[in-house]
Amino acid sequence: MTLPMEPAVRDIDVERERENLKRAWSSPGGIWGWLSVTTHHAIGMRYIVTAFIFLLAGGVEAFLMRLQLSRPDNTFLSPDKYNQLFTMHGTTMMFLFAVPVMEGMGVYLVPLMLGTRNVAFPRLNAFGYYMYLAGGIFLYWGLFSNSGPDAGWFAYTPLSGPMYSAGKRVDVWAQMITFTEISAMCVAAELIATILKMRAPGMSLNRIPLFCWSMLVQSWMVLFAMPAVMIASTVFLLNDRTIGTHFVNPAEGGDPLLYQHVFWFFGHPEVYIIFIPALGMISSIVDTDTRRAIFGYPAMVLSVVATAFIGFGLWVHHMFATGLPQIGEAYFTAASMMIGITSGVQIFCWIVTIWTGRVRWSAAMHFVLGFFFIFVAGGLTGIILAAIPLDLQVHDTFFVVAHFHYVLIGGALFPLFGGFHHWFPKFTGRMIDERIGKVTFWLLFVGFNLTFFPMHLLGLYGMTRRIYTYGSEMGWDHGNALATAGASIIAVGGILFIINVFVSRKSGALAGANPLDSGTLEWATTSPPEPFNFVLLPVATSRYPLWTLPKERLAVTGVRSDRREVLVTTVMDAEPRHRYPLPHSSIWPFISALLIAIALTGSVFAFGWYYIGFIVAAIGLIGWFWPWRRREARS
Amino acid sequence: MIRRAALIPAIAALALLSGCGAKVQSAMDPAGPEAGRIAGLMWFFIILVSVIFVVVMACVLYALFRGPRGIEQEPLERTHAPSTATEEKLTRNVTAATVATVVILFGLLVASVVTGRAISSLGTAKNGITVEVTGNQWWWYVRYPNDIAQWTVVTANEIHIPVGRPVQIRGTSNDVIHSFWVPNLNGKIDLIPSRVTERWIQADRPGRFRGQCAEFCGLQHAHMALWVIADPPDKFQAWMNAQLQAPQPPGDPELQRGQQVFLNHACVYCHTIGGTSAMASVGPDLTHFGSRSTIAAGTLPNTKGNLGGWITDPQNVKPGNHMAVVDIKADELQPLIDYLESLK
Amino acid sequence: MRRIAGLACCILALTSCQREKRDVRPAPVRTVTFGSAAREDTIEPGGKLPQYQAVNPYDRSAWAISEGQRLFDWYNCSGCHSHGGGGIGPPLIKTTWIYGGEPDNLFDTIVKGRPNGMPTWGGRIPEYQIWQLVAFIRSMNKEEPQSATPARTDEIQISPTLKQKVNGVTK
Repeated sequence: MTLPMEPAVRDIDVERERENLKRAWSSPGGIWGWLSVTTHHAIGMRYIVTAFIFLLAGGVEAFLMRLQLSRPDNTFLSPDKYNQLFTMHGTTMMFLFAVPVMEGMGVYLVPLMLGTRNVAFPRLNAFGYYMYLAGGIFLYWGLFSNSGPDAGWFAYTPLSGPMYSAGKRVDVWAQMITFTEISAMCVAAELIATILKMRAPGMSLNRIPLFCWSMLVQSWMVLFAMPAVMIASTVFLLNDRTIGTHFVNPAEGGDPLLYQHVFWFFGHPEVYIIFIPALGMISSIVDTDTRRAIFGYPAMVLSVVATAFIGFGLWVHHMFATGLPQIGEAYFTAASMMIGITSGVQIFCWIVTIWTGRVRWSAAMHFVLGFFFIFVAGGLTGIILAAIPLDLQVHDTFFVVAHFHYVLIGGALFPLFGGFHHWFPKFTGRMIDERIGKVTFWLLFVGFNLTFFPMHLLGLYGMTRRIYTYGSEMGWDHGNALATAGASIIAVGGILFIINVFVSRKSGALAGANPLDSGTLEWATTSPPEPFNFVLLPVATSRYPLWTLPKERLAVTGVRSDRREVLVTTVMDAEPRHRYPLPHSSIWPFISALLIAIALTGSVFAFGWYYIGFIVAAIGLIGWFWPWRRREARS
Repeated sequence: MIRRAALIPAIAALALLSGCGAKVQSAMDPAGPEAGRIAGLMWFFIILVSVIFVVVMACVLYALFRGPRGIEQEPLERTHAPSTATEEKLTRNVTAATVATVVILFGLLVASVVTGRAISSLGTAKNGITVEVTGNQWWWYVRYPNDIAQWTVVTANEIHIPVGRPVQIRGTSNDVIHSFWVPNLNGKIDLIPSRVTERWIQADRPGRFRGQCAEFCGLQHAHMALWVIADPPDKFQAWMNAQLQAPQPPGDPELQRGQQVFLNHACVYCHTIGGTSAMASVGPDLTHFGSRSTIAAGTLPNTKGNLGGWITDPQNVKPGNHMAVVDIKADELQPLIDYLESLK
Repeated sequence: MRRIAGLACCILALTSCQREKRDVRPAPVRTVTFGSAAREDTIEPGGKLPQYQAVNPYDRSAWAISEGQRLFDWYNCSGCHSHGGGGIGPPLIKTTWIYGGEPDNLFDTIVKGRPNGMPTWGGRIPEYQIWQLVAFIRSMNKEEPQSATPARTDEIQISPTLKQKVNGVTK
């Protein structure tokens, strides 16, 4: 069987290349092998599966909250438990699900789409995953030992300060952020390097798939935004709580609003960090399932870049009620509305793409439709919230809860599920059951709207956020009951999706390399991809290489196949520059992550662990960078 | 099928809007000029964004479900991109839509800024009064400042305002960030420790308007409500005069016993009752407690039964709040309740 | 490696149980207020009076220490003891206690009062609040686990030099 991109090259023994590559890219077995793997598919899939488990955890937390709020004056949950649950729900979804799952999809798909063999820094990739896993375990250990944070997912001071949040709960939250932010920055750094320097020859900047543009832009945003949350959570909050600083202590000249500014300087770009990869996924699904190239590639790229830039200038719209000067706040109204233009351009481009394409009405396209419906609705309520007089009424009410669930679930979760259905053949080698996929979509769509649409009205009728109960005289009963009913439907949809994944993995129809007749390079190799991705590295001749195969197909030769090597190309035009040896499997990322995790965990309880942390981090990094002699590395 | 599914939220919306009667704390039920301007702008935005939504969704659905194409159906299998002419037409359409978006958003920006300024100009010191509100976990300290010290009114959890006059709420907090919000009257304002923030409210009709803390402030954030009661000017003045009078020592022996119970227990460590030796200020002022309509920041109606339950076991009603569980004997409770309710 | 991590998790989990305990609704026996003069002796005509236990039920509980910190201000302990540094009253951060620094001694001191100005709180505030104050005072002296002790308050801290200028003499 000849793969689409495999040329009939006369003087290269393809089978021998394949054997060499298999040997060079194989991972040792056993637990040790599992912990030392550095191929991007394995790490990417681990990110996705772990994030999905956290999605389920966050969903359970949400469901418990909805049970508590389903009736007035309900006593299912105590206020303490409810506060922990809503904090955990927000924290889990934002830090442990949404960003890591997008990172995971990027880590898995970007090297395939670019036509290379791995990400630029494979051991950093593994290290980032183990840090993320450690952070998630740390946070949930906190929850199960009554130390779950209870001050909200953004933990405003002084409520989250040492005087009003006793114990280690908020410390656990603040330190968990350190874990996840290190993980996100690792992935961001390696994706930027990969996308800019490791593309297939001929894949100039204007031929990069839109999903890779999204991941590139998102990675830059991560690099600028994550340090801000580190400052807010670790430098300000954690230090105030553990070593007696006064950064945000109003009694000693600190300022609670400083915390808010620095947090939201991260917090607003954070939602775009979650949303922008989803835009890339929509592009990938739409071009495949309408059988045409996405309209307006330059406009699409420029709007993603513009969204990223403008996204850093919106943060004060989370603080309109704090009494800041009116003219300053009005500037942020303008910026918050302006970002509607960049999102609008993308929506219009997709609409005309669909308009002039030939639609294949797959399960993934259903999720694209769901994205349009829900995200556009959410974006429009965002325009309402951008207007200061209106925000002053609905801020911190269920109207805002409805808005951000519409934009996050519509703008990120639905595209993500579309992406799962779209790339399932590539991930697993089998076709996903389309019928069940469509039923899943309808359950999620109907359930979501039933849950969150009434919340707009509840907010307008005065129901504030983060309340564990309400009186029956408030008139909020019906809306809450509807919302809880909708949550049950969402739960059924989620369970059905899990069933679909397991059933299809076992007994779905075998998928070939490119069952959907897509145009981008990830479909140019086997499903699932072999650890080395391509036997012969491809050459890209257009934006959709598989749709524009030249008669004489080109491939890259000269890169060694008996050890792990990739081709480094120039930034602008992807001309080949040199070969770059990648590290083989290594246990040191895991060991480093474990040691650093122990030190970070301990430092929440006793300051001495910081000193231990320096020592153990040194041990881990020395082992990592030590020039071990490997059998395969010898020329 | 898709269109039918899209009806579900519409049905839900209708169900909520139509069948539920008067809303207690609704931003869409304005009682004053500020809230009225906001509600008007809200309706404008809601209608406009609904129209935009319908138009965009119509385009999406049409694009997805239109039948066999005419001349624009080009052999995509070969090129995967339509002809240059088609792409140029599409470019014009997308540009037009983008320009329309820019224009609409700019219009909305102008509407928002204009409304914001109009609302600010409604707040004026001319014939306005000032009320200082300090947020605490989980109650509201209310003070009507006056240059003459004896004419300062201090109360808690309930604000009376005269109809038709602007009222400046000047707020701060004693502990964490709270948010003062009475939807019928105006938007919210955060109460931030070490800062003073302000919001003007005004009621143009008499009535009782419920407000609630709108910034998560701890365990009992859900039970931190307040009532703003707008009275005609003469009734308001009568209320102010009543508040300014310190209560006389009770004549009735039962009420005297109740006062003794109050003074002999831990109550005095947190509460003030004017005219007695109880002058602590960490808890709500109880000088005119009997005239208030609710207990515990809007949590319970102020009746004798509720008061008894509250004093005996405040942690049952509002678990985690800062009122101590004081051991009051059975024969002391009733006189205490009677005494407190007599403080009009 | 995994077993060690699991064991560490279990140990950490166990140790957090007491630290994170929040007892917002104390049992009725804890709300008793003792008579205006606490008794040294258990012999009493006419039947047994409630005896207090000398063990602090809120020991090592971070929330209780935080409550004690709040009550320290609200009941104006800082009026005489000034956040532990002492003023009119002796400092509460010290190694040599006049009447003993163990939890039951502190409890006794607060309940009975002491000569030279320490008021009797025993007849006034419920028992559970006294234990919370005891936990807080112990935490000021680093007798409580560091993980349960707040690093600082949100109060204005009076530096030693400032206090010297105000009082004219250090204690």
